[in-house]
Amino acid sequence: MNKPILELKDVKTIVNKGTSNETTILKGINLKINEGDFITIVGTNGAGKSTLFNVIGGNLRADFGEIVHNGHDITKTTEEQRTTFLARVFQDPKLGTAPRMTVAENLLLATKRGERRHLTLRKLKENMARFTKLAATMNNGLENRMATATGALSGGQRQALSFLMATLKRPDILLLDEHTAALDPHTSQNLLHATNERITQDHLTALMITHHLEDAIKYGNRLIVLKDGQIKADYQGADKARLTAKDLYEYFES
Amino acid sequence: MNLMVSAIGQGLLWALLGLGLYLTFRILDFCDMTVEGTFPLGAATAVTAIAHGINPLLATLLAVVSGMLAGLVTGLLYTKGKIPSLLAGILTMTAIYSVNLRIMGKSNISLLGKRTLFSGHFMTSLPQYFDSVVMGVIVIAIITILMVLFLATDYGQAFIATGDNSTMAKSLGIHTDKMVIVGLMVSNGMVGLCGALIAQNNGYADINMGIGTIVIALASIIIGEVAFGELTLNQRLLAVTLGSIIYRIILLVVLQLGFSANDLNLISSIVLAICMMIPQLESNLQIRKPILKGVRPHE
Repeated sequence: MNKPILELKDVKTIVNKGTSNETTILKGINLKINEGDFITIVGTNGAGKSTLFNVIGGNLRADFGEIVHNGHDITKTTEEQRTTFLARVFQDPKLGTAPRMTVAENLLLATKRGERRHLTLRKLKENMARFTKLAATMNNGLENRMATATGALSGGQRQALSFLMATLKRPDILLLDEHTAALDPHTSQNLLHATNERITQDHLTALMITHHLEDAIKYGNRLIVLKDGQIKADYQGADKARLTAKDLYEYFES
Repeated sequence: MNLMVSAIGQGLLWALLGLGLYLTFRILDFCDMTVEGTFPLGAATAVTAIAHGINPLLATLLAVVSGMLAGLVTGLLYTKGKIPSLLAGILTMTAIYSVNLRIMGKSNISLLGKRTLFSGHFMTSLPQYFDSVVMGVIVIAIITILMVLFLATDYGQAFIATGDNSTMAKSLGIHTDKMVIVGLMVSNGMVGLCGALIAQNNGYADINMGIGTIVIALASIIIGEVAFGELTLNQRLLAVTLGSIIYRIILLVVLQLGFSANDLNLISSIVLAICMMIPQLESNLQIRKPILKGVRPHE
């Protein structure tokens, strides 16, 4: 425990480079993510939360600084390469699943995250029992819809499926980008609860963006406040336990 | 009777075009205009090779390779060059026109007296037009089985996912650019094969034989979908072939009504336009249900 699994060193990103609209989004992020950390991230719109995820996920290059995974510099690796150790769940239920493929087919795709895919038969039937059992852990009836195209699922079921897909093959880092924001309060709480259970049980290392301050305080062992492209606060352990929504709210004023 | 057999034979051979386009148009969600150039490219390659005394089977394989190269060009323009899909296809298609003239050296080459895939002893012993039916059944069966198997592999599933949701595919480590290139190559390889077979069946290759092919390919796909409704992926592949045959029969009927062969492109477009509007008309007028009651198993 407590060895950094991912480290960001003075990471900066600039958009619209060379134009009059040039803007620095991340202004020097230093972050050590330890194995087993469950970090919640809060911050205003435009603070750079999504940019931070995109830089970690690899679909945005860091213009300055370094990203180190398990001692290896991965700053210049592609999004596809990083999927060998990284999984993410998007905010938009439409982004996380293939709508014309069935629930089981989506799960099967996720078992090979970051691996080469060969011209060998997919073995869907052999995995069905395992997938059904897994789907049942989400407590939302997903297990009864294994052969349904995901486009026909409810938003809650789709996000639950996205979450299962992200954790099916254990990732070193799990990025949750407001993955319950598009859901109704009840469904959202259910999924958050299931998320927390899976992360705690499997000792996953996860980062979760949320706009819900109570959730940010309730879940995880660490809380980061992002403001204006910088980390304004990093609460851990007992400090985090003492936090109230009111304390956090002060960061959002002015 | 003869005309009907001919229509079925043509439908089977041309179905290859629909199946090729199905990979890009329906699975990858990529409207690939390249086929308008690839089809005559396959024809030009095969016919020129045969005219130079090359074995017809080898000549046909060369046509497949030429089609794949065309697909590769469009794929690179789209993925590496970041050119929009429609434009990438149009660029390749336009370029191929010149390539075809280079290959053939003139605008029309006849295969009169040359050995083709249709001139074997067995083929010539068949009644008139049955050669294209036999050839069509063999080729379509092989290609359909290969496609079904391919789409059921891990690689094929990643291919489907790429077209279905490329953001998700990337987040699962699928190299979507590579998938698009492979898809365009396989698809255009099939279209090249189709061009080679049609040219050998017709006995000539013509520089203008590609005009309207994309409409014919789309017509097979759309007619299949409109006629048979909700299907599994494998059934959909079969529906493309049936759609292609139905399309030929429609053309046959239209020609019998007194239209000339010069009107074919106009008729093709009208048929496709009508088929594409059927879902719209259906919701407005409810005309589809009575027509389809007989062919659909449930509902």
